[in-house]
Amino acid sequence: MDSLVEAFRLIITLDADLFEILWLSVRVSLVALFISAIIGLPLGTWLAIAQFPGRKFCILLLNALMGMPPVVVGLMVYLLLSRSGPLGWMGLLYTPTAMIIAQVVLITPIIAALSNQVIEHLHQEYSDTFYSMGVTGRRAVAAYLVDARYALTTCILAGFGRAIAEVGAVIIVGGNIDHLTRVMTTAIALETSKGNLTLALALGAILLTLSLLVNALVIGVREYAAKRQYA
Amino acid sequence: MPNPLLPIRISDLRLIKGDRPVLGGVDLMIDTPGITVIMGPNGAGKSLLLRCLHGLIKPDQGHITLGQLKVPESRSWQAMVFQQPVLLRRTVLQNLAFAAPEIAKSSPQRLLQALDAVNLAELVNQPARMLSGGEQQRLSLARALLSKPALLLLDEATASLDPASVLLIESLLKAQSAHGTKVILVSHDQGQARRMADEVVFISNGQVAEQGPAKEFFTSPETPMAQAYLAGELLF
Amino acid sequence: MKNLFIAATLALSTPSLADTIIVQSTTSTKNSGFYDYLLPMIKKDTGIQVNVVAVGTGQAIKNARRCDGDVLLVHAKEAEEKFVADGYGEYRQDLMYNDFVIIGPDTDPADVAGASDVIDALQRIEQAGAKFASRGDDSGTHKKERALWQEAGIDPVEGSGQWYLETGSGMGATLNTGVGLSAYVLTDRATWITFANKQDAVIAFEGDPTLFNQYGVIPVSAEKCPSVNREGAEIFARWLLSETGQATIVSYKVDGKQLFFPNAN
Repeated sequence: MDSLVEAFRLIITLDADLFEILWLSVRVSLVALFISAIIGLPLGTWLAIAQFPGRKFCILLLNALMGMPPVVVGLMVYLLLSRSGPLGWMGLLYTPTAMIIAQVVLITPIIAALSNQVIEHLHQEYSDTFYSMGVTGRRAVAAYLVDARYALTTCILAGFGRAIAEVGAVIIVGGNIDHLTRVMTTAIALETSKGNLTLALALGAILLTLSLLVNALVIGVREYAAKRQYA
Repeated sequence: MPNPLLPIRISDLRLIKGDRPVLGGVDLMIDTPGITVIMGPNGAGKSLLLRCLHGLIKPDQGHITLGQLKVPESRSWQAMVFQQPVLLRRTVLQNLAFAAPEIAKSSPQRLLQALDAVNLAELVNQPARMLSGGEQQRLSLARALLSKPALLLLDEATASLDPASVLLIESLLKAQSAHGTKVILVSHDQGQARRMADEVVFISNGQVAEQGPAKEFFTSPETPMAQAYLAGELLF
Repeated sequence: MKNLFIAATLALSTPSLADTIIVQSTTSTKNSGFYDYLLPMIKKDTGIQVNVVAVGTGQAIKNARRCDGDVLLVHAKEAEEKFVADGYGEYRQDLMYNDFVIIGPDTDPADVAGASDVIDALQRIEQAGAKFASRGDDSGTHKKERALWQEAGIDPVEGSGQWYLETGSGMGATLNTGVGLSAYVLTDRATWITFANKQDAVIAFEGDPTLFNQYGVIPVSAEKCPSVNREGAEIFARWLLSETGQATIVSYKVDGKQLFFPNAN
């Protein structure tokens, strides 16, 4: 009960540490999301419309990568960024950048695979017309991305959800260092291991609220788009 | 100026779907300007022939030449309007701008003129997919005409549209044809064929059964199939 | 692509100071709030920003072997001495100690409270068929526990999954599991005192000198790992071992109880 009171006190008093953690969570996940979208959306789109041998295999691989355990991703990125690893000279381990990299590896396949499905559907509708208008290559990719924009928000949202809720990868490469790499999920893990279950739960509730707000916003935008026949 | 895509020569065009030949050796030569209407019963292969002509389907056998060109290279002189208009999820004006980015940049006024020509001037900023079926098809036609094609292909483009839209589209096609664009129209609307055709190609069972000037075809069709079709009998 | 990462780095990294060090540490010191108390003072006295990565001792040593830390602060003396002997550590110094305790349900089904020593206590647990939750993660606590079982002549792994439960997790997670299953758990006292989810669990056995828990501090070798902040690590270690540092360790109390006892020479 004390922890619950404590959690509310933290929120109501706009506790600086809590907001630092929350803000880092959002920043890291948004930057990761931005990079993943820049890679994943064109990749998924290109795989939907390109024709080359091995295309099906690439899509299969993407779908498999979607289910990659965060801990494995964390470990891979750790070995890469470790001071004795190939990119160790960059000194990125235990920084927010390392967490961003891990999240990018984690959610790019999700965004690519989901957008691939969306664009494949749209491609069935548009392909004849695009051929007829001579629209190919980059112009086609760009057009699909623009026209599927509202459906793609859902793909991006799925990526954001995974990124912001993920703990296994960021705790390995970030180290859960106070005031440096502590985010909501690693803070929850820490409070759980300290036995502060109610506080951990309250932090989880804050994360859930954030997630709800983002979802509500996107659903609102999509509803509007559907009404205007843009979706 | 002579039409660069004429004459259109199709020789021994064959297309197999599954194990059924759907085009069984089409031989056809179209060398007159004006409007050619391809007619024939359902499933005869009219649309498939049109799609081969546009390069949307690669035939299993046979050759198509348009003027000096073969099919893929000729595409940029062609335009096609489909039965189901496919419009981007954007505004009316943006749909045109997407089809002709150079024009949109250099003389955007031309886009508005093109919309005016199909009576859509007042809907420029509407989402294209909110338009009625007739309006959507008019927009498709305006889009197809932007590239000033030498050959315009229409696949049942006016089926199930409102009469006002049909009338507008038909008059635009006639005007276009008068300006030198070759128009090939697939239709099973006999009334439309009578109103529009300078030449008729009658297809049945994946082959050309009859070809000739429209007047002759409608007054004295040569083949029993064409006679039965014009008499309104069900053919299959 | 590269530009994006650089932009992201610029946007997010706190300015990387030469006087920032990374300490690979055991969880017990972190979870008990020890660093929250200590680090601001170190920052004030020496200007050094200390970033603590808290993992099990085994993991901490492995990370340090990969040069991913400037200082090691753990509690498994044998493994620490091997680390230094292998050339990965500059030197090892005793820093402080506390002790291990066995916690269990207040009903004490194995009557551990009546045990003469810790070996007897473990034997009672095995004979009673009571549950025992183990870290199972090669941490300092885990190493200590396995050594005690061996001394007791019991191979608990034979009962793994039945009465001997290896969580493969940190101290806190293992305590949560142990408390939830009414199992006995070997834990360091500091973590137990600060652990908030005790429910009906209590300290069932304590006080055997064998349960002594020594913490050591090791600056990572600059020869093996040229990238380390050797200077910062040295200042940090010196401060801890100094009179000021040792006095600070004494003054850290939770609920009026001192958690760590300094014993630097």
